Amino acid sequence: MIEDIELAKKIIAKRIAREFKNNQLVNLGIGLPTLVANYIPDGVNVILQSENGIIGMGPAPEPGKENPEITNAGSALVTVLPYGCYFDSAMSFALIRGKHVEYTVLGALEVDQEGSLASWIIPGKKVPGMGGAMDLVVGAKNVIISTLHTERGKPKILKKCRLPLTARHVVNMIVSELGVFRVTPGGLALIEINKDSSVDEIRANTEAEFIVSDHLKTMEI
Amino acid sequence: MFDKIISRDDFSGMLKDDMVIMVGGFLGCGTPETLIDIIIASAAKNLTLICNDTSFVDRGVGRLVASRQAAKVITSHIGTNPETGRQMVDGTLAVELVPQGTLVERVRCAGAGLGGVLTPTGVGTVVEEGKQKITVDGHEYLLELPLRADLAIISGSTVDKAGNVVYNATTRNFNPLMAMAAPVVVVEAKEVVEIGQIMPELVMTPSPLVTHIFKSEKR
Repeated sequence: MIEDIELAKKIIAKRIAREFKNNQLVNLGIGLPTLVANYIPDGVNVILQSENGIIGMGPAPEPGKENPEITNAGSALVTVLPYGCYFDSAMSFALIRGKHVEYTVLGALEVDQEGSLASWIIPGKKVPGMGGAMDLVVGAKNVIISTLHTERGKPKILKKCRLPLTARHVVNMIVSELGVFRVTPGGLALIEINKDSSVDEIRANTEAEFIVSDHLKTMEI
Repeated sequence: MFDKIISRDDFSGMLKDDMVIMVGGFLGCGTPETLIDIIIASAAKNLTLICNDTSFVDRGVGRLVASRQAAKVITSHIGTNPETGRQMVDGTLAVELVPQGTLVERVRCAGAGLGGVLTPTGVGTVVEEGKQKITVDGHEYLLELPLRADLAIISGSTVDKAGNVVYNATTRNFNPLMAMAAPVVVVEAKEVVEIGQIMPELVMTPSPLVTHIFKSEKR
């Protein structure tokens, strides 16, 4: 296992960043998914949406150039690129539910082999609310879950989610620091593996049943 | 011709216990902070708040949770305001969590005269509990019902004296939708300009929707 959590997150973010094609509209969730923006390969322009009302979101402002009226969905100060625009929340979620967003990348408390996701509540412990997550996973054309493979030694990729769901049967791809899974009609398939891991290590740390793809590749990061 | 500009006392006089109030803003960005000051000073209680999120304890609508003037909040996210969670656990605040895209459509459909919206969001989750499911072309949807308020308080960047509103950058969020879903709509204007100063093409909320204009006291 990769013990360094920051390194693990970087591996996940770098791998996901390779998934996008030029000029695709992408929504990155708060936390680990936000890191993906740092690793978009040269020559690929990704158009970032922020669900509070931006298309064409740019990086954090330079010191002294902050504008409190330009924030992202996590309330961080951001910038807008010259081709960008602003809109209201109804337009923003019409874009999301209406299949106009190519990819959403979100984190998970649990994700399962059927492509169901739990990410918004731990009853009795933590109730942040779902925010825009339920709409994003139902509406985006492709749903990528970015997650550390385990939490305090316990698997996060399960046979069936036990926490209340964000949505049922919506996840297309799961990227952890150990490998990449695709959710297929036939079940979960391991399609890429970190060169420093092994199928045995992944089996030992995954509750979900999965097949190993005949075309298993090394995870490019 | 138009006489929409109001004072602190005028706004204070509109407030009553048990009111349902929509509050524009997204994590405090684009929130009418002076109007919230006045609500806090009024001590109006037992309020139902409809808002995207409960912001932070010291910012935006979050201050009305911290002041314990709300009995209920209908919102999509409470994670940035620990006071909301604390009062929910205490049983002093009822919290209805609604997916963000559903929340905005419930507000929009009320303002647009519709009887509800059909959304795929929430199907197969606890959000569907107690709701009618309707199948259209083989796809399941939840019927989500309109949300109205007695009063909407919104934040506008540039407002002319007729009540036409322009919102800067990400301050827009829920504001133009809430401006349609209540009979009384008060816009807190960062800047009030003369009629004719806003290009008609750029107006984001048309003037008849705004019943009152309050000049912001912030910055």
